[in-house]
Amino acid sequence: MAEFTLPANSKVRTGKTHVAAKGATRLRSFKIYRWNPDDGENPRTDTYEIDLDACGPMVLDALIKIKNEVDSTLTFRRSCREGICGSCAMNIDGTNTLACLKPIEEVKGAVQINPLPHMPVVKDLVPDLSQAYAQLRSIEPWLQADTPAPPDAERRQSREERAKLDGLWECILCFCCTTSCPSYWWNGDRYLGPAVLLAAARWINDSRDERTGDRLDALEDPFKLYRCHTIMNCTQTCPKGLNPAKAIAEIKQLLVERQG
Amino acid sequence: MSEPAKIHVMRSQLGRVRGLGAARSGTQHWRAERLTAVALVPLTLWFVYAALHLMGLPRAAAAQWAANPINAALLAALVISTFHHGALGLQVVIEDYIHVERTRLGLLLLVKGAAALLALIGLFAVLKLAFTG
Repeated sequence: MAEFTLPANSKVRTGKTHVAAKGATRLRSFKIYRWNPDDGENPRTDTYEIDLDACGPMVLDALIKIKNEVDSTLTFRRSCREGICGSCAMNIDGTNTLACLKPIEEVKGAVQINPLPHMPVVKDLVPDLSQAYAQLRSIEPWLQADTPAPPDAERRQSREERAKLDGLWECILCFCCTTSCPSYWWNGDRYLGPAVLLAAARWINDSRDERTGDRLDALEDPFKLYRCHTIMNCTQTCPKGLNPAKAIAEIKQLLVERQG
Repeated sequence: MSEPAKIHVMRSQLGRVRGLGAARSGTQHWRAERLTAVALVPLTLWFVYAALHLMGLPRAAAAQWAANPINAALLAALVISTFHHGALGLQVVIEDYIHVERTRLGLLLLVKGAAALLALIGLFAVLKLAFTG
């Protein structure tokens, strides 16, 4: 039956507080979810006081400062620090976003940081995304065509054909959208989720791809596609400003269109 | 340290995600849900308008109104659209939230059976009113 509280070993407790060094001028608290799979303890929220005058402007700058100067056990993913790799996706101040693109100034009061919602946690802010990656693999996100490419030349597209990919190709697969979707929370094992459906739309709309029908076949399913109920969390949370909800709606339109 | 967790599933993520494959259905359901929703907007407004007009009149006047083929057909359309739309919507809610296969199947049968039965009762009531007053 329905469970209305977290299991006893998943309840998040209050953790340690790391007070800032004396002489700090502009203090801000960061409340960060911590969980270590190896110590058998419950998850906890640790508080770190950071002097914003000695820290970069983004949430990721604060996380790196904490890891370098306060607590080296804090675990999170990061790489490019400019919103193109998608590694530092996490829930900041209640919204999924990229830590590297989120200015600390945009958050009022203490900065609450959790891992992406409803995914298994590997450690601290690192979620296990292997199911989402497998879902991406399952839609075969690569060009499929029977017509051979012209010898020694690329497959050509008109400007209009290329324009159809705008708003789709820019996705960096951070899975902020997928993990913000209640439908994915309840049925993530069968529903593909907005990020993967946006990727599917990117190939369905590619004029060079010749497997559009097969791609639509593979999506036509009450769970894989139709669990999307246009809740729009995906579009609201996307740190790249993309619109997965629109891409999904367009897939649904194509499925109706081919019925004649 | 707690006991190491027992592993019950060793199938690859890709195998699990592909699962039983796409059902190749769902489009009709999605389309019917929207079409019935659109149809219900004018039908419901018409019915509320008609009901307000019939209020306070004797039963015979209502029967006479329902005997008009256009009114009878619209009433039947309202009954069918309402229960069809309701059943489609509840099916989605059940599929979303009920994850125990048996419970889900039972509830789906119950909802669809109840909707079909209620629609039939409604239809026969409309026919009875239209034909026998």
